[in-house]
Amino acid sequence: MVSVHRSHRVSLPALATASLVLVTLALALVFFVVPNDADQGFSQRIFYFHVSIAFTAYACFAGGAWKALVHLWKRDPRADLESYVAVHQGVIFGALVLITGSIWAKISWGHWWLWSEDQLVLFLVLFLFYCAYFMLRYSVDAGPQRANFSAVYALFGVVLIPVSFLAIRIAKSFIHPVVFTRSGPNFGGWMLAAYCVAQAALLVLAYTLYRLELSGKRLDARLRELRLA
Amino acid sequence: MSYAADVGALARKDLLLELRARDTLPAMLLFVVATFVVFHFALPAHSSELAASGLLWVAIVFTALLGLGRAFVPEREQGVLDGLVLAPCDRSAIWLAKGIATFAFLAAAEVVALPVFALFFHGLRGSTVAGVALADVGICAVGTFLGAMAVATRARDLLLPLLFLPLAIPIVVGGVGASVVASPGRYLGFLGLYDVLFGALCWASFEYVVTE
Repeated sequence: MVSVHRSHRVSLPALATASLVLVTLALALVFFVVPNDADQGFSQRIFYFHVSIAFTAYACFAGGAWKALVHLWKRDPRADLESYVAVHQGVIFGALVLITGSIWAKISWGHWWLWSEDQLVLFLVLFLFYCAYFMLRYSVDAGPQRANFSAVYALFGVVLIPVSFLAIRIAKSFIHPVVFTRSGPNFGGWMLAAYCVAQAALLVLAYTLYRLELSGKRLDARLRELRLA
Repeated sequence: MSYAADVGALARKDLLLELRARDTLPAMLLFVVATFVVFHFALPAHSSELAASGLLWVAIVFTALLGLGRAFVPEREQGVLDGLVLAPCDRSAIWLAKGIATFAFLAAAEVVALPVFALFFHGLRGSTVAGVALADVGICAVGTFLGAMAVATRARDLLLPLLFLPLAIPIVVGGVGASVVASPGRYLGFLGLYDVLFGALCWASFEYVVTE
């Protein structure tokens, strides 16, 4: 049953505190410690968040697919909800990737949208794909069939990510012959440290949100059960 | 019965149904030719041949969607799927047989559509035909799978394009690449890779779509 509560090792308040501390530290590092980028100046600082958000979104999608596999494989009744919540967090972070990427593109290249940015286009495809996941999930009644459909579709996502990435790469040769190149990899010291802290902060934040949404959803399900009883 | 015999029997059933009722194929043919006429007026005069090649792929994907939307309708209306799931055969045979039948319809539609495209626009390259053949495999594999899911939902016909189009983007990339670049080998290889990856995934997970 859904009401079975798993004993997590880290409590939710501890996680929330950890994400608050880490996000504050990351903001402080990114805005006050890291030197300006030689090429792009102050605006390059969005990189620390844009890239870490993108990685976090991938982690959420991967987590969702892993839970989907657990559902199909072991028939673990909790895995369906866990997979859904992970994908949901992934879509939220995916939308943030599109927004931060768009802002960065506007400042760096003067356009809100660039088809030549691989990661941005990939996230648009994934965003559409996972929005369809919600459409699918909400047009099937709750039950084993919905869990199966969601799980199978989430598994499609992990195959779609590398295949789409490859597709966007090879599409460039006939859509965009000119490839933008970023400034060289002069990436070290404080920059690396700030990136690592921002990455850790966002991963912990995503996990906290995941746990928060999960416990809320479980509480809902438990309430519904009690009301029916 | 062996797996191949199961698949053969199921695919024969679909082809026979189509031969008798003629539900899907005439609609696909009419749709694809009408689409070409629309494209002729959508393309400005003196637009490049490349634009028409790109639009060919749009027409193929949407024609396939038309056929895929119909694929599981007889099963739904007659309650055949429950019987098939109860039958002592591997569930993936249901997907494979339906995929083969859909592939046959799509290929039949393209046997007419590609010469018509060549006639209306600017001829056809061998690599485009090879690309279409490879893409059809992927379209039918993924589309049949998603069609089986969509038909079981409340939204039904509305849902299939939403589920299918994000997954069809790599097919369009590979197909357009094979149609427009000078050395299409890379794009044909990519289409083959797509077919193998998604074919294997669909084959392995179809059981979960029809059982609970």
